[in-house]
Amino acid sequence: MKTSPFATDQDVRWCPGCGDYAILANMLKVLPTLGIARENLVFISGIGCASRFPYYVNTYGFHTIHGRAPAIATGLKLTRPELSVWVVTGDGDGLSIGANHLIHLLRRNLDIKILLFNNQIYGLTKGQYSPTSAQGIVTKTSPQGSVERPLNATALALTAGATFVARCFDIDGAGLQNIIKAAAKHRGSAFIEILQNCNVFNDKTFVHLSDRQVRADRTLWLTAGEPMLYGKDKNKGLMLQNNKFSELTVAAPQDVKKLLVHQPELPDPHLALHLSQLDWPDYPVAMGILRQVDLPTYEDLIAQRAQQTRDDHPPKDLTSLLKAGTSWIVK
Amino acid sequence: MTKATTKKTMQRKHVNIRFAGDSGDGMQLMGTLFANASAIKTNDLFNFADYPAEIRAPAGTVHGVSGYQLSFADHKIYTPGDKIDVLVAMNPAALKTNLADLIEHGTIIYNADNFTERDLTKAGYAENPLSNADLLKHRLFAIPMNELTLAAVKDLNLSQSQAKKCKNMLALGIVTWIFDRPLQPLVEWVQQKFHADEQLATANVTALETGYNYALATDLFTEQYTVNKADLAPGVYRKVTGNQALALGCVVAAQLSQQPVLMAGYPITPASTVLHELAQYKQYNVTTFQAEDEISAICAAIGAAYGGSLAATVTSGPGLDLKTESLGLAVMSELPLVTMVIQRAGPSTGMPTKSEQTDLLAVVYGRHGECPIPILAPATPHDCFAITLEAFRLAIKYMTPVIILSDGYLATGADAWRLPDVKSLPDLKPQFCDKPTTNFTPYQRDPHTLARPWVIPGTPGLEHRIGSLEKHNNSGNISYEPQNHHEMVNLRQQKINGIANDLPPLTLLGKDSGDILVIAWGSTYGAVTTAVTELQQTGMKVSALHLRYLYPLQKDLAAICKRFNKIFIPELNSGQLHRLLRMELFIDSIPYNQITGKPFSIAELKQRITEL
Repeated sequence: MKTSPFATDQDVRWCPGCGDYAILANMLKVLPTLGIARENLVFISGIGCASRFPYYVNTYGFHTIHGRAPAIATGLKLTRPELSVWVVTGDGDGLSIGANHLIHLLRRNLDIKILLFNNQIYGLTKGQYSPTSAQGIVTKTSPQGSVERPLNATALALTAGATFVARCFDIDGAGLQNIIKAAAKHRGSAFIEILQNCNVFNDKTFVHLSDRQVRADRTLWLTAGEPMLYGKDKNKGLMLQNNKFSELTVAAPQDVKKLLVHQPELPDPHLALHLSQLDWPDYPVAMGILRQVDLPTYEDLIAQRAQQTRDDHPPKDLTSLLKAGTSWIVK
Repeated sequence: MTKATTKKTMQRKHVNIRFAGDSGDGMQLMGTLFANASAIKTNDLFNFADYPAEIRAPAGTVHGVSGYQLSFADHKIYTPGDKIDVLVAMNPAALKTNLADLIEHGTIIYNADNFTERDLTKAGYAENPLSNADLLKHRLFAIPMNELTLAAVKDLNLSQSQAKKCKNMLALGIVTWIFDRPLQPLVEWVQQKFHADEQLATANVTALETGYNYALATDLFTEQYTVNKADLAPGVYRKVTGNQALALGCVVAAQLSQQPVLMAGYPITPASTVLHELAQYKQYNVTTFQAEDEISAICAAIGAAYGGSLAATVTSGPGLDLKTESLGLAVMSELPLVTMVIQRAGPSTGMPTKSEQTDLLAVVYGRHGECPIPILAPATPHDCFAITLEAFRLAIKYMTPVIILSDGYLATGADAWRLPDVKSLPDLKPQFCDKPTTNFTPYQRDPHTLARPWVIPGTPGLEHRIGSLEKHNNSGNISYEPQNHHEMVNLRQQKINGIANDLPPLTLLGKDSGDILVIAWGSTYGAVTTAVTELQQTGMKVSALHLRYLYPLQKDLAAICKRFNKIFIPELNSGQLHRLLRMELFIDSIPYNQITGKPFSIAELKQRITEL
């Protein structure tokens, strides 16, 4: 990683074996290909393991406080809309203490990219259950097993109105790089949930899905315009019948025609939301870009309003500005 | 119309009038227009709006009474006055809630049509107060306002309720004649106000003129009062509320710095009007951002400051609590940020529309870690403008968050503001660091101010990382080294302490030594200045100091205090400046505290000082 032109001189201090290394390595590979000058890239993070990320990327970077990176990024983007602003957050930072900011950033559609590293655990505070932890998980704060139902990050982003929503594994280098590139090109809020392994406090939490032996059968990689086919032999597919997904084993070529074709550009987020909630063993878990629609960005709309005001009421000189309203002269 | 009887003209030096009615009765509009007419007469003026927290409480109840108080005088005044000379009461509830503030032999002008048994019951009167002997010591003017208004606009095609709504203009017409204010500008303003609806404009102007002519013609009023022009410094004046002045300060800061301003806020009484005001100035390179919560508002401002904008956030007590952690980030990342705190009665939700000075120690000491932030406090509504420019000046020069501590009384009160010569305004152009050097580090400090460089992301060759973790001085890299942390804590404190060298000397009101020194801060300036001036005229050896800088304190404060026998500190809290001066400067003082949600009365202050 040290050889990347975007690497910094700082020692990376994640635990050996942490999934964050893979994410960083893929980001460092993608960054030089984006055509964005180093000085125009800004990484903003909150608090947690994931949030150390900016220290390891040789761009502008701001490691802030717990949960608040989306709000700080919003202020920066409003001030410098020309910058490429990336938020790096985790399941505790982005979905618990900072969930409110995340929802509102996505709803407003600021042109900001959000990488949410979901390892389903609080790592930096040494292992407490998080809002995405599986129900029943035994941790230091849930010795008898957690009673809480987990939050689905991708579904949350979709319901918040995000215009780009994707999901990927930390160890799926090619998939992750493609998603990061697509997010960088998207104008608007891009939300990427990265399912990431914490080998110290929540090891192998995604292995039942991500392991190469089973991944093809238990996940569905969504490709725009392609039928929803999956499985080692690409012989399983998803159909929609009576508003319910059902699996179809593709026996003959014409069976493929019965399958759903992925349309991330659909304005209605219903199908994407439905897909985001599929879970193994009933269904394959949907990966890739679930939604990608074009809507005006917040900063563009704000700039339009400002331009409209300047056109309708051109600024006056300072003296006239201060005098506005009822003024009078004392001689 | 001709005058029915010969009317006398009486001179008055100073008049305090209060308009009170239901919150939907248009009292604020009526008061504002009357104040503008008084400004045209070049009286000095000060107004205070007292409105209920309920938007539309049940009509006619005491909870729904909205008031607008105006003090106008032929000399310089600093408060809207302790007691009112004239009460205009639109209903019994307005009479009930305001009667106690009337002077001994005051004047009550009331809407006689709204004193039916039903109205009296709604206001909680068991019997008609108008027949009470206590009330009869005042001069009572019963005006059938509904009847007069309905008759005046009967030829216009208005519904009964629309027609009745014009009664505030009728009342305004009456007091306009009584106090010899010019009618014509009022007519123009009313036309302007209702320009979207010609019918309503005509109705309101008709009601206004009817009221004026009624007062002129009726035998009820035998005297007209006039207040001469005040002897004020020459210049262009306007009326401004504290929150308007904070907003204008931001707009002007954008012009003086030639940088964009981002104001981020979340709706909260009594701070929201700063955001409302600024939302109207988009053509001046000002962006307003209504955030999803108080934390987001300050964080967006921090993000904007990181991006090279002049950044500000505005809030009140509960919002200040929420912003506290983020203020720490602004201290740690050493970014310029102006946080405006419009104090209101607490703790918790407290009394949102009532004012007090109870957040001083919270802003000075109320953050975890060693977390110093400069604190400024405006003295008058119009001082909010100068204090905003000063806050931005210090924030930019020292790369630090700065807190402006205003309050509800200044926020909604208005005074006459002599507009500054724009050439006299400070230069706020920031010195951004934009030259790539091989040895650039984000925490290399200016040797004089100890400020770190301000680099706008997007500047080639200066890419760097900053954050909320302790960092190595100079390099900015994360550092947990014990000695480095000790040094960084000291450096951050020294930087703020050094601001004291950049502050103007204090100005004493009165002699520079003597028996009693009254020290005040914030909105009590008016009451203290008036009380001390009046006591000085009686020969008392009392002086006053007003602190606009609360942290760091001005360097000459301790020496001045030593020259007086007694230090008296009146505050609208339980003694917070009293304690601050004890902690910071070993100055002992006699506190005087009132926590009623109301400002000090001048009479009470005079009495307390006299008793010392």
